[in-house]
Amino acid sequence: MKISMDIELKDIPGQLVLALKPVSDFGGNILSVLHQREKKTPSGKIPVQVVLEIAETATAERRLEGLVEELKKQGVNVVRVGKERLRESVVVLLIGHIVHTDLRETIDKIDRTGFAEVVALTLSMPGVNKKSSASVTVSAVGREELKAALKILEATADGKGIAVVSPI
Amino acid sequence: MKRKNETVRISIIGFGYVGSGVAEVVTRKRAEIARKHGLDLKIVGVADLRGVVVDEDGLSAKTLRKLSAGERGVGSWKEAAAEGLTSLDLIKEVEHEVVVEATPTNVETGEPGLTHIISALEAGRHVVTSNKGPLALEYRRLTELAARRGRELRFEAAVGGAMPLISLVRQNLAGNGVISLRGILNGTCNYILTRMAEEGLPYEHVLKEAKELGIAETDPSKDVEGTDTAVKLVILANSVFERNATYKDVAVAGITEITTDALRLASEAGFVIKLIGEVNKEGFLRVAPRLVPKADPLNVGGTLNVAKVKTDLAGEITVIGKGAGPIEAASAVLSDIIWTAKHF
Repeated sequence: MKISMDIELKDIPGQLVLALKPVSDFGGNILSVLHQREKKTPSGKIPVQVVLEIAETATAERRLEGLVEELKKQGVNVVRVGKERLRESVVVLLIGHIVHTDLRETIDKIDRTGFAEVVALTLSMPGVNKKSSASVTVSAVGREELKAALKILEATADGKGIAVVSPI
Repeated sequence: MKRKNETVRISIIGFGYVGSGVAEVVTRKRAEIARKHGLDLKIVGVADLRGVVVDEDGLSAKTLRKLSAGERGVGSWKEAAAEGLTSLDLIKEVEHEVVVEATPTNVETGEPGLTHIISALEAGRHVVTSNKGPLALEYRRLTELAARRGRELRFEAAVGGAMPLISLVRQNLAGNGVISLRGILNGTCNYILTRMAEEGLPYEHVLKEAKELGIAETDPSKDVEGTDTAVKLVILANSVFERNATYKDVAVAGITEITTDALRLASEAGFVIKLIGEVNKEGFLRVAPRLVPKADPLNVGGTLNVAKVKTDLAGEITVIGKGAGPIEAASAVLSDIIWTAKHF
């Protein structure tokens, strides 16, 4: 089970370690951590988004609750715990020799981030030597992650000579 | 109420598409402008590769029409060539207030427009131009020269044609901080993408059609590869965002890769594809085909141009208009002439 969690940390040294330590103690595996220093809250705290995975066993829910309790005990402000993790989506188009340049690898690069996935793909292949066009829907846990995923997609496509048409 | 009209003497350098359009609207609107603005506009000279024609009392409507249609070495142009005047003689030696610089854009050297504009400002004349080259290459140098000489340099026609964009931001939205500006600044690309999307026709087919209709030039590379949009963005970055950008600062992609399949897939997802130029106050300059939601104000069809200005006070303001065409460009030139005449 993948979980995204928004927490807020005090702006003093050692807080991030303090907040991440309990995750492994409760059997969780951290997939991504987004430390948003530039987005301090009005009370001067630093928002952090953590995406983690907890093995889907009978005790998963209980372990998650335990983790949240522990974080609160450590003075970490837990703002949101979400199991519906992919909240932001975007459609982009790819034009070029998409299949011949290993479409699967392009998709894998997004999926491997842990914070974003390719959730839909429509492919149009007019002929063997002609350019294909594809519409790709990418979903991510948050807006920033979505931007990061798009950057990865753009860089990957660029390296393969594929044109990317992204939304305004 | 003024009793006597103030005379504004004008020269037109570059008497092609835009220049003759300016002559036509000045002639057509002369009485109206005198009545509404108290200005008597007089074209005292025109110049281009065919020669230089001067009449210090103002060229007649009939002469201007003949010159528009006339070929090199024929009629008035033949007489003009015999006199041996150059465009710089007209700019420097003939007494007048406003130089309209409407020679073709050259983004590599800016010439001959650059020399024309510099000479005009140095001779103490105001300049109204539709020429993108000198502005994209030497914006700061030209505006500083104009300021030193206490003269006006205006260029509404260079960006967005008839669409008021520079004066919208500088005058109408004065006091606002501009956050970003994005839009469709090339009518040729918009025509091609609109036709491809609506008819499901391939790029090459629509490009050929656009050439036949005179919407695309014989060599359309500047338009379809995004160069023209990029040059306009540079002018906007420098004039609206007070940057010192050049063409090299723009990330440019054109529309040549766009397929009908891509347009269909975009449509199925609720989008159209448009060539969007984007500039913001951080100095980010980008031209690229982008997905525009069908309901977005930036989704305009045909050869129309559109620009969405995001400001800190007024929020978002969108203008839509014709980006090209001799009369449309002349409309922007004429407004700049009238503004200049009224403020100096």
